[in-house]
Amino acid sequence: MSANISTQPAASGQGSASLLARLLHMRETGLIAIIFVLFVVMTFASPYFLTWVNMRAMVMAFAVEGIVVIGMTILLISGGIDLSVGSVTALAMVVAGWLFLAGVDPWVASGIAIAACTGIGAIMGYFVTRVGLHHFIVSLAIMVIARGICLLATGGRPLGLFTLPPEFKFIGQGSIGPIPLVIIIFIVAVVAFDLMLRKTTVFRKVFYTGSNERAAAYSGIRTKKVVFLTTTLCSALCGVAGIIYMARFGSAQPTFGLGMELNVIAAAVIGGASLNGGTGTIFGAILGVVLLSVVSSSLALLDVSVYWQDIIRGSILLAAVSIDHYLHKRRR
Amino acid sequence: MSDNLILQISGVSKSFGPIHALKSVDFDLRKGEIHALAGENGAGKSTLMNIIDGILQPDSGEILLDGTAVKITSPTRAQQLGIGFVHQEIALCPDISVAENIFMSATNVSKSLFMDFKALHKKAADVLGQLCDIDPAVKVRDLSISSQQLVEIAKALTLDCRVLILDEPTAALTEKEAQILFGIMRKLADRGISIIYISHRMVEIFDNCDRVTVFRDGQNITTRNVAEIGPGDVVNAMVGRVLGTLYPEKQAEGDRSDDVLLKVKNLSDGSRFHDVSFQLERGCILGIAGLIGSGRSEIVKGICRLEGAVTGEVWLNGQQLATQDYQQSIDAGVVYLSEDRKGDGVFLDMPITVNISALKVEQVASKLGVINRDKEEGQATALAKKLNLKYGRLSDPVSSLSGGNQQKVAIAKMLSVNPKLIFLDEPTRGVDVGAKVEIHKILRDLAQSGVGIVVISSELPELIGLCDRVMVVREGRISGEVSGADITEENVMRLASVTDAAIA
Repeated sequence: MSANISTQPAASGQGSASLLARLLHMRETGLIAIIFVLFVVMTFASPYFLTWVNMRAMVMAFAVEGIVVIGMTILLISGGIDLSVGSVTALAMVVAGWLFLAGVDPWVASGIAIAACTGIGAIMGYFVTRVGLHHFIVSLAIMVIARGICLLATGGRPLGLFTLPPEFKFIGQGSIGPIPLVIIIFIVAVVAFDLMLRKTTVFRKVFYTGSNERAAAYSGIRTKKVVFLTTTLCSALCGVAGIIYMARFGSAQPTFGLGMELNVIAAAVIGGASLNGGTGTIFGAILGVVLLSVVSSSLALLDVSVYWQDIIRGSILLAAVSIDHYLHKRRR
Repeated sequence: MSDNLILQISGVSKSFGPIHALKSVDFDLRKGEIHALAGENGAGKSTLMNIIDGILQPDSGEILLDGTAVKITSPTRAQQLGIGFVHQEIALCPDISVAENIFMSATNVSKSLFMDFKALHKKAADVLGQLCDIDPAVKVRDLSISSQQLVEIAKALTLDCRVLILDEPTAALTEKEAQILFGIMRKLADRGISIIYISHRMVEIFDNCDRVTVFRDGQNITTRNVAEIGPGDVVNAMVGRVLGTLYPEKQAEGDRSDDVLLKVKNLSDGSRFHDVSFQLERGCILGIAGLIGSGRSEIVKGICRLEGAVTGEVWLNGQQLATQDYQQSIDAGVVYLSEDRKGDGVFLDMPITVNISALKVEQVASKLGVINRDKEEGQATALAKKLNLKYGRLSDPVSSLSGGNQQKVAIAKMLSVNPKLIFLDEPTRGVDVGAKVEIHKILRDLAQSGVGIVVISSELPELIGLCDRVMVVREGRISGEVSGADITEENVMRLASVTDAAIA
């Protein structure tokens, strides 16, 4: 068997035919195709769909969440998961908003808020890597605790931050030319993390660790450190997202981000990240976000009840994971 | 003659896409015989066994059981027909007791709502009693690998089968346990049960089996009585060419060097090994023998700082190592090849290139930590060539390779850092004969070029054939050392065996 394979000229691997075959095999290609079909269908179904306003609103809707998706994808690749992303994002808003109302400079307040979220990530990382608990249960506990802190600090009411200076609000509301700053931040983050994930040794160790933690340890990789860092990074990015949301809404909402973890995990998994770790790309995850957003936006434009949206979103997730599982099994 | 046959297979073919795993294979099994099945990995043995066990369906051909044609549609059907299969991989539930594992399928069909643990434990104790001394109430998780393998075998024994397939059952067993197993196999055969015994080990085949069938490239090359054929013939039939000697030439008496490469002094970890001292001279291959659980792997992992803290001194090329963890050990040029290839030796789902660079990705990256793909591929290509790796593309996952080639990837990973000292734990377990010979040659070449080579193996012929010196570990301590002509099975086993009181 192996003899047959080895007699093939090595050069055939680099042919253009195989590149095409590989492209066709890639998850991203399939997602782009689905998104494209949805675009075409929706352009005919609704005259508002392919308008600048709608596109802008759609991208604005997923851009900030996309930053959280980046963190989640990296964490999933390392073999972890984080259910607390929604609460931690809200916590960043509440901490920064509360400090601002107490008279702290908004930039300093934001820095402290992001540091607090990073600290929460470090606490989760500690419980996972040192105490030896599972990510699922640790982040479930933190999800509830962080939400509790938000409600406690605000009495459950949103904090109105009407006196935020305009240069701060610019983060969430400003535009450079016709393009909102939020979208620019999002694109820069996606490109930067996608490149780093694919090209750097630090993130390669994330893949090794998630693919097979024991094999990684037996390759001299400090796997606990890797998992600690990916856990912390995910929470830190939640902090960044929370600050951008605060600047955009001009308020801090203690109940913000309920159910966000579903959307974020779904997007990463639709984009090819595995809950078993070891696989996933930022680009794929972002396509997952785009797909979910296009679907939501389409359903809204088609006047489908909001209650249907959750059902459809969950079904898409199930379908994506099933297809992936099937393809994976066949390849074996 | 034909009424003496329990199983007849004629003209069975099976393809996976373009690959013909079996090409019109004939095979027969007599009542009450132990029939060895030999062949390199990928020769089609497993495919045929999976067809007999109903896991795979043949594309064409016929299976006769007791003279009547049967269709074996699933493993459950195979069980009903009296076919038992002990897989090489252990498939037990780690968190439940040995007894429950043994009777898992019986529990599965039981009509009773409640478990009768008392009866279960008694029945399990009866079955296990023939094999070894394992408490049926302990959880499988708490057993050693070899004991788990014995539980797997016990499980198959309860199935009342007429045909029993054993796929390399001794891979994880000690010599003693293997001998017990062979005794049981013979008893079963005397009761009229037919056994198909898959093994790479010639000694086992020739000492314990009645007939041997050799597979190569999906075909049955030959079926002979063991008495009519020699181990050399079987090996040649397996690889399809005449292999020279199985082992590379050892270090000549006059080439002995006084140049000490590794010196270990009073190494202890406080629990699993104590007061270990030995040294390795340049150019010499040192073997470490010992039963599973004797602490031989732990000593080596201790030197590499893979597990916990150790006390004692390790000197490499005259300098004391002060490594704190395995990463530092790699930086110092001391690497460890794991015994569990699939579990922690390679990343099965990852490309060959990415596996080979794993030990020190920084080597194929810029100072800023950006990986240079050309460099990474160049590294993999060079090492693949050096080790004669057989692969399709370097971007293929390691899982697509045969066992022998997976092991070569694991070795390439070690060599990628230009190590000064390599510890290899069971370097040829589950590796076919051809690759095994190649791996031994590579190790000898490395030793000659000045790299320290230390080999742990459960396979005594391997230690005897490959090593210049063999150190024996017993209960966490070095019990002796043999070299040159004194490296014999008797000498090593005598040093390795625990006192009779401790066996029970």
